[in-house]
Amino acid sequence: MKANYGYKDGSGDFFITVDTDLCSGCGACASACPAGLLVVGEDENDPLNDNPVCAVRNERRRGIRYACAACKPLRNRLALPCETACKRDAITHEW
Amino acid sequence: MITAGVDSGAQNVRVVIMKDGEVIGRALAPAGLSARVAAEEAYRGALSAAGLTRKDVRKIFATGSGKRDCEFADGEIAGLQACAKGINFVMPDARTVVDLGAEAGSVFRINGSGGVIDLAVNEKCAAGAGVFLEAMARALETEVEKMAGLYDRSKKRITIYAHCAVFAESEVVSLVHAKTPKPDIVRGVLSAIALRTASLVKRVGTEGQVAAIGGVALNKGFVKALEEELGMRVTVPEGPDYIGAIGAALAAADGKAEV
Amino acid sequence: MPGKPEFWRWPESRWRNPEIDWTKGGVITCGIDVGSISTECVIMIDGELYSYGSVRTGSGSSDSAVKAFHKAALHTGLTPENIDFTVGTGYGRVNVPFGNRAITEIACHARGANWMYGPRVRTVLDMGGQDCKVIKIDEKGKVIAFLMNDKCAAGTGRGMEVFADLLLIPVQEVGETSLKVEEDPPPVNSTCVVFAKSEATKLLRAGWTKEKVLAAYCSSMAQRVVSLIERIGVEEDFAVTGGIAKNRGVVKRVTKKLGIEACDTKWHDEKYASKGFPFDTQIAGAAGAALFAKTLAEKEGRTNEGKLRI
Repeated sequence: MKANYGYKDGSGDFFITVDTDLCSGCGACASACPAGLLVVGEDENDPLNDNPVCAVRNERRRGIRYACAACKPLRNRLALPCETACKRDAITHEW
Repeated sequence: MITAGVDSGAQNVRVVIMKDGEVIGRALAPAGLSARVAAEEAYRGALSAAGLTRKDVRKIFATGSGKRDCEFADGEIAGLQACAKGINFVMPDARTVVDLGAEAGSVFRINGSGGVIDLAVNEKCAAGAGVFLEAMARALETEVEKMAGLYDRSKKRITIYAHCAVFAESEVVSLVHAKTPKPDIVRGVLSAIALRTASLVKRVGTEGQVAAIGGVALNKGFVKALEEELGMRVTVPEGPDYIGAIGAALAAADGKAEV
Repeated sequence: MPGKPEFWRWPESRWRNPEIDWTKGGVITCGIDVGSISTECVIMIDGELYSYGSVRTGSGSSDSAVKAFHKAALHTGLTPENIDFTVGTGYGRVNVPFGNRAITEIACHARGANWMYGPRVRTVLDMGGQDCKVIKIDEKGKVIAFLMNDKCAAGTGRGMEVFADLLLIPVQEVGETSLKVEEDPPPVNSTCVVFAKSEATKLLRAGWTKEKVLAAYCSSMAQRVVSLIERIGVEEDFAVTGGIAKNRGVVKRVTKKLGIEACDTKWHDEKYASKGFPFDTQIAGAAGAALFAKTLAEKEGRTNEGKLRI
């Protein structure tokens, strides 16, 4: 399942996509995120799936653009820690 | 040389009159239904404050989203350039500038001569601009001017989860019904917009002195919340909402129309 | 605000299936969708629709859940104690007092849309009171992909409410009113509801009729919704659930922009269709929850199958 967390508002589209078919629930991305946005837990959108997967914390989804700003400076931008930590390319930022 | 700068913003039109690098008169008028009419009114007010008439002014430049509505301007300058020029003049050490107006917010970095290096904006979303605070003030049955005082009396930091002016209004109303103390709600509201503004600062990077301009910089509560969010001092020049107009007046004196 | 007329809330409703006697039933399950604006309760017997009730959410999620249950159970003699398994969904899903499990509205709307519209549905659009979601599903109603916005009021029921309030038009009439124009005017420029409202105020002052302003806003809302749908890709059959399905003004403009028709708002189940059971798109979430409740009840052995109920 492709889980798109985030929103679209007047300023643009801001989504983090987790592919739960690829995600192993290892939690590397969650540990790497300096803003503590990610958490590993039960697949809340597939109640019959027992495998843990990564998701953006519910209470942080609405502020995703603001929370991720520190990792997206205009200059000297490095690869995103969450995307780099994931060995399966299960997590991507759409902006 | 006497010049004038007209900053035609989303909510107000502001005019400054400058003589040899000094502001000698200024005035504002609500944009209302006609920015053109408001520009005339603000110009008359500024002239009156300066004790001058139209023929004393050599050149007039307009800036802001409604600059084309100013029919008596001789030239134009882009809003960003006007603000950069204005703040550099008023605060030569300012390098990171937070500009929060009624309908948009931006953060930009400038060099020592007022040239813009980087820019990040929050636009087309009321949550990142002055109208957000106005909506929250209404929901709290208070005024934007009273927010600083309420912020100072807050004893507890609460989080407003909504990042939308419409949803935040409902959230604030619920908090009021739940008998949350108003000072704490105000602090939550100011922290929320400070957080959104701080995210722009993080994109642009802080270097040197941080300045805050635009109408929202008049809100001392917001400035305190922003300082708390950034963990650094934010300086507000006198008349922060006139910085754009000052930049336009200075550009008029230079004679260079940069659009 | 006390005393202010509420133009913008869908009316409360309820319905009961006259053909089922719950005392003879097998697995009795309940799904409660606690939304920000309305709360729906669906009661199923052996996965068949028994009754439903829809109430205004008001200020307390747990109170609304109970109220919705009592609306659905009215005149039936059913109490929460008779229910084998209850699943809560929606914004207030953890606040259902007699809920056995909470499941997200994404999963529940997917399952509910599959149940109401049939196994050919692949793309579901739902607009709730404070959110807008697009869900891609398989033939069993399992989620393949989803996108949900609940940050920005644009494209949500609340966004529509702001306009209904501005123009003093009850929400049930918004859709039809927006279609009373010769041709569609340009959409409102701003996505943001706050700025769109200012724009609309200026248009009204410039002499635009209410119909024209509403058309411009529904057009803008449709454009936004379409761009969300296109982000995860639309695939037929395309079905709409939630309150927005009742707003022909938005649905028509969405399907026109997508170039693809939406499923007719009627039961896939021929039995229900032929008996004329009401097809209320707002119960999709609660229905999906009630179906999950059945699966979980059977999985956990929590049924009274075969036992007479006193």
